Amino acid sequence: MTLLEFEDLRVTYTGSRGRIPAVRGVDLAVDAGEILGIAGESGCGKSTLAMAVLRLLPRSAEVTGRILLDGEDLLTMGWGRLRAVRWTGASIVFQGAMHSLNAVHRVGRQVAEPILVHGEASPAKAAARAEELLERVGLPPSRARSYPHELSGGQRQRVMIAMALACDPDLIIADEATTALDVMVQAQVLELLTGLVAERGVGMVMISHDLSVLSAVCGTAAVMYAGRIVERGPAHEVFAQARHPYSAALGAAFPVIGDPASRGRPGGLAGDPPDPARLPEGCSFRPRCAVAVERCGSESPELVAVQGAERSSACFVAQEGGPVVL
Amino acid sequence: MTDGTPPSEPDRASGPAGDAADRGAPGAPAAPAAGARTRVSGGFGRYLLKHVAGAAVSLLLVLFSSFFIFRLIAGDPIDQLTRERPVSPEQRAAMRAELGLDQPMWKQFWDYITGTLTMDLGDSFQYRRPIFDLIVERLPATLLLSGTGMVLAVLLGFWIGARAGWRQGSRFDRGQVATGLLLYSAPTFWLGMIVILVFARYLGLFPVNGMRSPSTPPDFWSQAVDIGHHLVLPVLTYTAVVYAGYLMIMRSSVLDELGGDYLTTARAKGLRDDEVRRRHAVPNALLPTVTLVFLALGSVVNGSIVTETVFSWPGLGSLFVQSIFYPDRPVLQALFVLFSASTILAVLCAEILYWFIDPRIRRTG
Repeated sequence: MTLLEFEDLRVTYTGSRGRIPAVRGVDLAVDAGEILGIAGESGCGKSTLAMAVLRLLPRSAEVTGRILLDGEDLLTMGWGRLRAVRWTGASIVFQGAMHSLNAVHRVGRQVAEPILVHGEASPAKAAARAEELLERVGLPPSRARSYPHELSGGQRQRVMIAMALACDPDLIIADEATTALDVMVQAQVLELLTGLVAERGVGMVMISHDLSVLSAVCGTAAVMYAGRIVERGPAHEVFAQARHPYSAALGAAFPVIGDPASRGRPGGLAGDPPDPARLPEGCSFRPRCAVAVERCGSESPELVAVQGAERSSACFVAQEGGPVVL
Repeated sequence: MTDGTPPSEPDRASGPAGDAADRGAPGAPAAPAAGARTRVSGGFGRYLLKHVAGAAVSLLLVLFSSFFIFRLIAGDPIDQLTRERPVSPEQRAAMRAELGLDQPMWKQFWDYITGTLTMDLGDSFQYRRPIFDLIVERLPATLLLSGTGMVLAVLLGFWIGARAGWRQGSRFDRGQVATGLLLYSAPTFWLGMIVILVFARYLGLFPVNGMRSPSTPPDFWSQAVDIGHHLVLPVLTYTAVVYAGYLMIMRSSVLDELGGDYLTTARAKGLRDDEVRRRHAVPNALLPTVTLVFLALGSVVNGSIVTETVFSWPGLGSLFVQSIFYPDRPVLQALFVLFSASTILAVLCAEILYWFIDPRIRRTG
């Protein structure tokens, strides 16, 4: 059953440089009990997409389209209803737990806060629940009395996860939740998150630029470039056998362990993502693309099914069955 | 000349602005507040010792300079005390002996240092009474006026500042900043006179000056009400002039927090906008203002010289001004030391408090 659905979501910032489209028409869906991975470079609109769900974007952002959570459009609901949905319907594990936690409050209080805000328990019960949650994410309950600066990066990230679980949300959005962690801690946190999805049937959107994480954890993956989804499909297929030159380049940027051929020469991708204020005509990936054809310069490719209903790609070359890597 | 400590200018926070004598104090008491927070390794004992030692050095420098400054600027006290009156050389010599001015300089200096350290501040020229008694008599009036004014200014400034910063650029923000800065730049004596003119003279709501009326019955409640009645206008003037400093500090402190990720977290949790401000932004914004509040406490003793003068408030400030005109050198000396000592002590308290509220000091020293 579909839990979260984006329908033609567009986010446009209005600033001193004029109107800047950060997200340009995204259609995606997440089912309960499913993990959707979203990959892409910095600045491609991943975090904007995440923040749009709970309407946390600054006022200068204009959001159009629909974001349906359990069939209810988040973009048109009133502020009171929105506040009620925040954290109970969907919660977020933010990136950079150091700054996402309040430095002057004890972590137990911060974990318990949403429970109290949504009137789900008395202060004493909320505090007890906070300790339970901390224990659940592998922290001793006594840590509830610590301040964020007294915890390590991994512990803070666990606190963020405990906090995200506080109100039993149906959907959890993990925005680079493991990016800042070392590999051992990252593995533990990932295991924790996937365990939650498996046992409680929540839906999860996992945003990361680390394809190894996404392919290990997610069922479905979507690759974003310049505010659009350029490829979508089962995660392991997307990264093992890309149907878009950008996903292929992203995959090549990670050396494959055990493959002597990739050692010492991880493939990169020259250049930066395009400035959203000045997108190139036609396909926005064309300036960096090795397989571009004439048509790419004038027409912008839509995301259409390739190789069956599960895979789709927004690349003319892939749509015609051509190879996306040279 | 502005009453109190202008909080937006930390280097002037060492004493009453416009108090010429205090500016000459070397070892400016505010210096340890800025410089010392990043060094020192080791525990609280070492941290404490370092700052107490710094404060003691500042205090000694104030003590020394106070002795010399007032001897440099005041001239021969006998000339000033006897002006317009015919006096014989014998009389002058007798006066000199009585005031202890016939002693050699080193002896005077020694008596001054030992006297000050043992709380024996000598006698006032104008009142012919122990200065210590004068200060004890007048201190409560000053504490009442500038203490009340300071607390009100801090509360009002922080309250408005937090709301103005939270809605930067809004009509509220622009209006409050403009009003605050306008009052901040108004000369205290002028504002005081306007206040007297409007509230005391035209509206007749409050007494013009002084701290109590002679006709009030001596029982406690009548006296308290009478003093409160006299207190309103000076406190109003004092608060109006200084609160903008706290407003601006709090406002910019809140502005620094506005982009904070933890505020997004708080919003995502479903908190109302005012809850995000109250529970999350303001507690974080308050941290950097702690020193400021302590500096303010330090200047409570000397903070209202002009206000006291305008309203003939019988406190230390008006004593200071009287002593300048007399000139009453021992009183000036003693008040200068007292004013500086209270600021140094307040800075020391702020440093100690920082150890407890800012964990980064504990880690890095």
